[in-house]
Amino acid sequence: MIVERPADLRRKKILAHGFLIIFLALIMFPFLMVVSISFREGNFTTGTLWPSNPTLEHWYLAFGLDYTRDDGTVVVPPYPVLLWMWNSIKIGLIAGIGVLALSTISAYAFSRIRIRGKAALLDSLFLIQMFPTTLALVAIYAIFDALGGVTPVMGLDSHTALIVIYLSGVTLHIWTIKGYFDSIDTALDKAAAIDGATPWQTFRFIFLPLAVPIMSVVFVLAFIGFINDYAVASVLIRSESNMTLAVGSRLYLNEFKYLWGDFAAAAILSGLPITVVFLIAQRYLVSGLSEGAVKG
Amino acid sequence: MSAAVDVTPVQQGSSLPRLVMVTLICLVLLFGAFVLYMAAQPLFGVILLALAVGVGIVFGANRFYGARFIFPGVAAVLIFIAFPVLYTIYLGFTNYSSFNLLNYDRTVAVLTSRGTADPATEQPFNVARDGDGYRIWLPQAGLLSSPVELGEGAEAASLAPAEAPADLLEPRDAIALRTGLQSLTLTTPDGAALVNSGLRTFASVTPEFVVEGDGLLRRSADGALLTANNATGFFEDEAGNRVPPGWRVNIGLANFERVFTSEGVRAPMLRVFVWTIIFATASVLLTFSVGLALAVILQWEHLRFRSIYRILLILPYAVPGFISILVFRGLFNQTFGEINLILNALFGLSPSWFTDGSLARVMLLIVNTWLGYPYMMLLAMGFLQSVPEDHKKAAALEGASSTRVFFTITLPQIIPPFLPLLIAAFAFNFNNLVLILLLTRGLPDIPGTVIPAGQTDILASFTYRMAFNDSAQQFGLAGAITLLIFVVVAAISYLNFVAMRRAAGRRGGKPT
Repeated sequence: MIVERPADLRRKKILAHGFLIIFLALIMFPFLMVVSISFREGNFTTGTLWPSNPTLEHWYLAFGLDYTRDDGTVVVPPYPVLLWMWNSIKIGLIAGIGVLALSTISAYAFSRIRIRGKAALLDSLFLIQMFPTTLALVAIYAIFDALGGVTPVMGLDSHTALIVIYLSGVTLHIWTIKGYFDSIDTALDKAAAIDGATPWQTFRFIFLPLAVPIMSVVFVLAFIGFINDYAVASVLIRSESNMTLAVGSRLYLNEFKYLWGDFAAAAILSGLPITVVFLIAQRYLVSGLSEGAVKG
Repeated sequence: MSAAVDVTPVQQGSSLPRLVMVTLICLVLLFGAFVLYMAAQPLFGVILLALAVGVGIVFGANRFYGARFIFPGVAAVLIFIAFPVLYTIYLGFTNYSSFNLLNYDRTVAVLTSRGTADPATEQPFNVARDGDGYRIWLPQAGLLSSPVELGEGAEAASLAPAEAPADLLEPRDAIALRTGLQSLTLTTPDGAALVNSGLRTFASVTPEFVVEGDGLLRRSADGALLTANNATGFFEDEAGNRVPPGWRVNIGLANFERVFTSEGVRAPMLRVFVWTIIFATASVLLTFSVGLALAVILQWEHLRFRSIYRILLILPYAVPGFISILVFRGLFNQTFGEINLILNALFGLSPSWFTDGSLARVMLLIVNTWLGYPYMMLLAMGFLQSVPEDHKKAAALEGASSTRVFFTITLPQIIPPFLPLLIAAFAFNFNNLVLILLLTRGLPDIPGTVIPAGQTDILASFTYRMAFNDSAQQFGLAGAITLLIFVVVAAISYLNFVAMRRAAGRRGGKPT
């Protein structure tokens, strides 16, 4: 480690680089394949990994445009990818803001305000957060099926219903933000209290501005989580025009209607924005992930 | 907690706007509760009522100032997590399924609305235009109806003898009005009711079932008396034959009895359970070891291009999971997939990834490792930094190989803080519904089972299929099995809680 012969070091370096490069080649294979498939003709394997006659057909369809082939046949988009994307983004944004508001204010309360039975509340919150919404799918279906009989706004196949149930994601994020608030010096809020600020004013004018970084982390994490949800959305959403990306994308690889090429283009189109956001924010996101997980 | 702020309700300005606000919100919630109660959903009504009371007390009274901050979060957790969990458990004690979907009143309504057309009274009809509305003309009987709209809702009209009207619609245009026609009831001068019985005919329809009294139906076909059986949720004749559809009733422990005693349910469930444990354990071990190994390599200061490697290595984590899983579904496809294309070209192999149970399981683990190792790698990189460098140096000076240093110094130091995260990862994979549903849907099926159970099904996907995929939609049975999953998850959750406490205690005790 500290005393190493140059020859040994060299051998080790070559080994490490070699291993990483082979490993990366394996890891990157699916990505490279999808890019190649999205430019390939047709929806089935043509026998080559590299597209021999590159075509933009799948990309036209992914953007919802008709494509005219060389022989004059017009292909229409199989599914409304952009509409699904808009549904996903809309639901993710609204539910994300809701979760952010709920978890920030709860985290402040858990971190700073003296309430009887707080320790017990925190413990039960920790235990309850391990129960994912996906376990209560039967109940969620039954509840919204019944509420739909009262008003379709809260029924099956409604975005409002989906957003409302996504608010259950709040528990995980309370921990992340609370960990952050716990690390803020208590001298700050004492000074504010001496100046006559109410806890609400302390929260609004001192903690909220300080929490902007962690709040953006939580928002992005919550947003990505909602975009990625398949189980809840697949149970609640029925009609094709109301589907989110996660539910809709599955239709492409149906046994009876296998649209491999069209899927590849749609997957890149819908996956790229989220991937880019994640990579840009990754350093903060990662710290948010482990902070929230470790701080008890 | 010394960090807590003393909460003294400081009155600043008038509290009138707040009280008006609170009153308004409470009124809206109370109105919602009333509507739900009137719509025969008393349970949901009670929840809204409780919410209204909570808002009123916490935000109305000054002495609960501190609770105002905690109320929204706690209410959300209670309504969106605790309530669905409890409701699932409750459903486990009912016979809720596609056969017993409705409540009692709706069931009676569905049964009595059924009818059979009497062929003797069947006769053709025409639709005549009458201003903005229409009239129905029955040429055989020479009867003309009073004006009708033929809109969306149900309609009734009386018939009277008349001359044939002049302005009759073409049959094609009459068919376009069939929604309105189907909800129309015509009454003949002698009091018989006629309804639309086919595309071109009206007939008198005798209802299949007639309400005889409370909980009693008379079947018109054979005159049998059917009794509502609230133990099974069906109307039954004297021999006990059920008439579907039924309604939802509490059936006590019947679902649990089925789970534990019916061989056709218990045997596949046990196999699914064992595979769930294997799947979750193997996923955690694989992602952890791959992630840790990569983190150790990336941590080596002599290595160049570390940040590039790091970015590329976390790519699988950055791409939305549902997209990656579906990409793998396509790549692994037996006939059109690129993986078999390569394997075939290189080794002449063409494994059947989706129809062979063991291969499907291997595929799931490969995909899940691919998806999960970056998370472990990122966490491991953080924990590795907290291992003191001088411990490692001291060991190296003593002549320990780097492998030995890793296993005796590094690993024991990072396992304790890692443990809660590993348990959480186990819990996540125990319920990794998205992966199973998008990649294999639990297929291939285990042969010879009463309920559909697949060789790659985990408990969560097993119940999902039981409730939402199968034709029988057995919500009640699925709820019962979910209760069993809850027990397991609660145990894992408690274990995690203990591990977390230990980790926190360790860090708290360490001088920094």
